[in-house]
Amino acid sequence: MSAVAVTPAGRPNLISNTLTIARRNLLHIKANPELLVEMSIQPIMFLVLFVYVFGGAIADSSREYLQFALPGILVQAIAFTPFATALGLNVDFQRGLIDRFRSLPMSRSAVIGGRIAADGVRITWSVVLMTAVGMALGFRFQNGLAGAIGAFAVVIGFGLSLCWPMAFVGIVSRTTESVNTLGFLLILPLTFASSAFVRVETMPGWLQAFAEINPVTQVIDAVRGLMLGGPVAQPVLASVAWMVGIQAVFAPLAILRYRRRT
Amino acid sequence: MSAPTIEAEGLVKTFGNTRALDGVDMVAREGTIFGLLGPNGAGKTTSIRVLSTLIKPDAGRAAIAGYDVVRQPAEVRRLIGLTGQYAAVDELLSGKENLYMIGRLLGFSRAQARARAAELLEAFDLSDAASKIAKTYSGGMRRRLDLAASLVGRPRFLFLDEPTTGLDPKSRLELWGMIRALVAEGTTVLLTTQYLEEADRLADELVVIDHGKVIAAGTPGELKTRIGGQVLQAQPADPTDLERTEKVLAEFADGEDPFRDDLLITVRIVDRAVLGQVVRRLDDEGIVVDDLSLRRPSLDEVFLTLTGHLAEDRVDDADDATTHERSTA
Repeated sequence: MSAVAVTPAGRPNLISNTLTIARRNLLHIKANPELLVEMSIQPIMFLVLFVYVFGGAIADSSREYLQFALPGILVQAIAFTPFATALGLNVDFQRGLIDRFRSLPMSRSAVIGGRIAADGVRITWSVVLMTAVGMALGFRFQNGLAGAIGAFAVVIGFGLSLCWPMAFVGIVSRTTESVNTLGFLLILPLTFASSAFVRVETMPGWLQAFAEINPVTQVIDAVRGLMLGGPVAQPVLASVAWMVGIQAVFAPLAILRYRRRT
Repeated sequence: MSAPTIEAEGLVKTFGNTRALDGVDMVAREGTIFGLLGPNGAGKTTSIRVLSTLIKPDAGRAAIAGYDVVRQPAEVRRLIGLTGQYAAVDELLSGKENLYMIGRLLGFSRAQARARAAELLEAFDLSDAASKIAKTYSGGMRRRLDLAASLVGRPRFLFLDEPTTGLDPKSRLELWGMIRALVAEGTTVLLTTQYLEEADRLADELVVIDHGKVIAAGTPGELKTRIGGQVLQAQPADPTDLERTEKVLAEFADGEDPFRDDLLITVRIVDRAVLGQVVRRLDDEGIVVDDLSLRRPSLDEVFLTLTGHLAEDRVDDADDATTHERSTA
């Protein structure tokens, strides 16, 4: 019997493999409408609740608070989106899909790459949706188109860089529950102890110290500056430095643990 | 006789303090079904994971069609298909999308991937459910989809890790038929199983492994000859008759002493015609039995014969009674 190898020879195509995995992850939304709720209704709910529940108490009016809070709530919501990377990778390991991918002559980086690419789409979707809803409620950009585009770039870049620590969480966790626990422990303090909802100056000293170096604060300050005007250079530089730093630490860690996990 | 195409020599793999593989050797020939028979935790899955390049052995070597699994994993992956112990299908994709995805990952064009998916869905009787998400599939359908997914790239070597575990008898028979059909087309299959019957019915050659060691190798026929023909079991109604029942059964035993587990006495026999004599002897002795049965040996008895311990016994000094031999075929 002369068996013919039909699988195309040559090196696996990283880009094509990544897009295939990304497509597969996005197709999950079709099968699992909860995901659509999570990435659409949840951020809008956050926006509406925060603006109308706290708006009067924190600022003088809801409208004034909306101007202040939209950049913060946007960044806060985006910081949670990479949970999908953590949960997705974790479930793929548990279900044996990673074994299947590893037994194929495909690019190994494409599994994490496709996950993050899919989250990039989800992040972009949430940003666009929340901004549109915010504008319908009365939010106004005050720093021109370039500022708005810059702000979106910073938010999306930050969301993507958080995919790496979340990928790490998904790979090192044995169960879905521990992904949730670890993920919340990581993301929740970062988003709340920041300038997202209130001015940092209103916090006690020790928390102020944390909030000021917190990458989420830097990113929010950058986004606020870019959307509304105000100081931009320092927070943007700090944000970019954080994004590079987070990825420099967690991308190698995640890839190492991905290779090691059996 | 064709050349050996799945070879393993002295494979060792340790996880923490557990030696999952402790020097496994095997040789499978092209176009045959090779069985790996053993209880849970024997090292079957670890063997498959090493051979399919998922994990690296600590020592020893293995090659598929001459390609080393550690040094040439990319070449090996182009030749193999893997169906793991748990149906590794994407539950949130339809059957069609699952197979299309694998085709695209293998470098097929969109049209090729679509055509191959349709072809496999048809062959595995999944066309009607092609557009439904796999979460809604029955256990048997999932297994078929899983098997189809491992065949997208038309692999020459197929690894199946306990392919029929958890399937109902009808699905099991269907899957056996599919595996045989693949082999008829030239695929070489390596499968693991806990079921003696499955190994017997499917495998051309097999190894029995326990505690990470090969404890017997050969054709199913050769192994059955070694293991002996039949197992006779009796349970006296009155526990005080145990000694006497054991004595009666010992008269018919094939060399070995009867084995007693609680009230149940087990003995290996060669001549199945003795059942009538056993009944008469018990009757003569005035022993009433609750249970008397004659059957083919189960995996437990195979292990008892080969290793001196039951398959479930996780004793660590299994070596004394084992024979370690290479395939003689």
